[in-house]
Amino acid sequence: MESAEAEPSDSRPEEDGAAPRSGLPPPEQPVATMEDCLAKKMEITVSEAEKRTGRNAMNMQETYTAYLIETRAVESQSEGQCAPVDSLWRRYSEFELLRNYLSVTYPHIVVPPLPEKRADFVWHKLSADNMDPDFVERRRIGLENFLLRVASHPVLCQDKIFYSFLTQEGGWKEMVNETGFQLKADSRLKALNATFRVKNPDKRFTELKHYSDELQSVISHLLRVRARVADRLYGVYKVHGNYGRVFSEWSAIEKEMGDGLQSAGHHMDVYAASIDDILEEEEHYADQLKEYLFYAEALRAVCRKHELMQYDLEMAAQDLTSKKQQCEELATGTVRTFSLKGMTSKLFGQETPEQREAKIKVLEEQIQEGEEQLKSKNLEGRDFVKSAWADIERFKEQKNHDLKEALISYAVMQISMCKKGIQVWTNAKECFSKM
Amino acid sequence: MEAEGRVPGPPLPPPSLGSGGEAEADPDPPAGSPGAARGPLLAAAAEVLALDDEEDDLEVFSKDTSLAEVNSFSPSMPISPSSMINQYKFEDEPELRDLFITVDDPESHITAIETFITYRVVTKTSRGEFDSSEYEVRRRYQDFLWLKSKLEAAHPTLIIPPLPEKFIMKGMVERFSEEFIETRRKALHKFLNRIADHPTLTFNEDFKIFLTAQAWELSSHKKQGPSLLSRMGQTVRAVASSVRGGVKNRPETFTEMNDYMETFSQKINVLDKIAHRIYKEEREYFNEMKEYGPIHTLWSASEEDIADSLKGVASCIDKCCKATEKRMAGLSENLLPILHEYVLYSEILMGVLKRRDQIQGELDSKVDALANKKPEKDLFSEEIGKLEDKVECANNALKADWDRWKQNMQCDMRSTFTNVAENNLRYYEETHTRPFSNSTSENAIINDIFKVSTMESRELEQKHTWHVTHCFYYHPYYTFYFCISFLVRYAIVVYENLFAVFSKNNVVE
Repeated sequence: MESAEAEPSDSRPEEDGAAPRSGLPPPEQPVATMEDCLAKKMEITVSEAEKRTGRNAMNMQETYTAYLIETRAVESQSEGQCAPVDSLWRRYSEFELLRNYLSVTYPHIVVPPLPEKRADFVWHKLSADNMDPDFVERRRIGLENFLLRVASHPVLCQDKIFYSFLTQEGGWKEMVNETGFQLKADSRLKALNATFRVKNPDKRFTELKHYSDELQSVISHLLRVRARVADRLYGVYKVHGNYGRVFSEWSAIEKEMGDGLQSAGHHMDVYAASIDDILEEEEHYADQLKEYLFYAEALRAVCRKHELMQYDLEMAAQDLTSKKQQCEELATGTVRTFSLKGMTSKLFGQETPEQREAKIKVLEEQIQEGEEQLKSKNLEGRDFVKSAWADIERFKEQKNHDLKEALISYAVMQISMCKKGIQVWTNAKECFSKM
Repeated sequence: MEAEGRVPGPPLPPPSLGSGGEAEADPDPPAGSPGAARGPLLAAAAEVLALDDEEDDLEVFSKDTSLAEVNSFSPSMPISPSSMINQYKFEDEPELRDLFITVDDPESHITAIETFITYRVVTKTSRGEFDSSEYEVRRRYQDFLWLKSKLEAAHPTLIIPPLPEKFIMKGMVERFSEEFIETRRKALHKFLNRIADHPTLTFNEDFKIFLTAQAWELSSHKKQGPSLLSRMGQTVRAVASSVRGGVKNRPETFTEMNDYMETFSQKINVLDKIAHRIYKEEREYFNEMKEYGPIHTLWSASEEDIADSLKGVASCIDKCCKATEKRMAGLSENLLPILHEYVLYSEILMGVLKRRDQIQGELDSKVDALANKKPEKDLFSEEIGKLEDKVECANNALKADWDRWKQNMQCDMRSTFTNVAENNLRYYEETHTRPFSNSTSENAIINDIFKVSTMESRELEQKHTWHVTHCFYYHPYYTFYFCISFLVRYAIVVYENLFAVFSKNNVVE
């Protein structure tokens, strides 16, 4: 795609959002407005899914599904032409790679989640098989959703790697790995450690963490029960289908009742069949909820990053304080605290003044460095909090909007189910009364 | 045997028998029947197992009063077979009913030997042959069994209504659980009422005694009647004769009936199973839904903006729950008992058909014997004549009762299934029961609920048609609440129309 509009990262070099070195966006980064978002400039669809076989990293045969990503520039109306469609194939693991890259590169952003890797919250009709066509279809929709969310995010949409994910078939993986983002990823252990030992995290993030825990637990509970309810509803409807068969067999021996029975039986069949569509629609609703279930994890990731940074800050401050203390001790010759130094000096005699001087000098340099580092860490932390919180507010609005619509659409579904039920039973009643 | 004295009482107005057959009843006794015991027309045809020699004291009644005063069955000599057919063709007219029976108030009695339940049977009647117009007695299940066996013995080819089973293994219901007792009580009530509605059985003497006698009277009456041995002898003879091929000369009608019953019995059994399965599934659905609603309420606690929507969904789910409960109750009160009754009926009908075959078998075996034993021809021919009449009576009785049964069955099925449909309609309607203003347009409704400005709501409507797979889809602000005005009106219109149609067609038993 050659149009200049479609490559925002080239035309706005100062807004280059690709892989800032420190893992943080430069301060005061102008964020793309909604109109500039990639989503508005480019139509993105994940239009097909295909089963493929290939060799994996361990040189073994494996089957996987590849998804076709189609992109097309949205021309302005005056041109009146349709741009050609570009397309390339990607598999799920590449999507995962993209997302990992984004979450490491933009730790202050709530990165949209991917659809589930394995079918979860199944009820008996759906199989848990990854190759099941229904599952593949729903995953296709989920992946498209993911791409659209990234493309409409004011910050993420400008990322070069994301852009080439959409447009460059070969060599993308290498490009991603070259950014070296894996090295910047915080180790899980470090993060866990920080979470426990941080003393003064921003209260808002602590609350957010609690909220995301609650959200996750309530949504997963809801999805579990919904799956069970769907199962039971399926049972109720399908057993009614048996009526159809028996009525038609019975109608064969009845003279007057025969017609009524036969047509009533037909309506019972219609009733039993109607549940399939109803439940399929409900799956879409469940997927919408699932997205926010996974978003909870993304929220927690941002909180973790904050805690990590805060912990880092606290550790740096602590380190600085202890160095200053050491310096003071050496300078004044007093041993204020019980320390190894104190012990050794008692045992092995004090150091020579030259040694002391040298040490003090080193320490003073370190203190200088430390203070600068502390200052910059402080700044980083504040910036992080600011930009993270801005994104969180954006996320909250998005969440409220989406969930409200999802609930409404659920209500609409229920209404339509009731309407269908009324129709069928009205017809059936007519047939019965004619018996 | 059942030769109790009957005195013709004052003529009563024709009971719920209609007037169809009376005009044709031929009161002339058939020639050549010494000691012709002609009993009341109806009962005569029905009594086929009575021994021939005890009918002297029976009188022939005139057309009108005979019908009204059929006190019991006894003689085996019908006035004229053809007239009998017409007798059985009347419609049941519930408005002319003069016998009202209720079964209620189960009480348990504990004695040293056993524990059992008695039911109160209250009878209200305007019939002359009843000494009083109101009776209240207590009966236990055994008494009902006794009544049924007496009726079966007296009218082998009439369709005696089914009794609830002794012990229901299927549901593993404990013998004295409340649910079991209530189900049984309802079935017993139905049993007695069906007998009361039957043109012949309603005048059965044992039935009357059952309804009116005090406990000690009943037990002493029970002890009378044919000895066990003599009855067993009859059964043995009957079985023996049937084995010899009572099916050979079966008239076409009864073969058809047999085939029909076989299929019907199959189908009704399957329907019974289906209905139970549906009930079970609905119950499980209900159980899950009970948990589903509160989750939304719980979620709303941690949200601000969407708390209301969540609470709305929660309340609708709860409404759904309650509606499901009602739906289940409707099933268990209406469909399940009827299907069960007809399952039992199918067994009864197969039995009736067999008995008819047995009677025919008796005749056939005698006819065969005649062919081989020339000298006793005269005696045989008389016997055979009697048997022929017996068979004919039995056939006619069965035919008429069969037609009546089929009509009732049709009626019952129609009303039951219509009821099921209504039940389900109510269920679907009830999940949207918030009464609403008179707003007709959807926009107005949306505005009303959400106080959304008209422009906003119009905007939202324009974005209505998004591809469903697109995650950013917008919908107008529909909720459960909105649909009422639309749906209830729609449903009510439909419902009213159907109710009109339905009430014309429905013949309540």
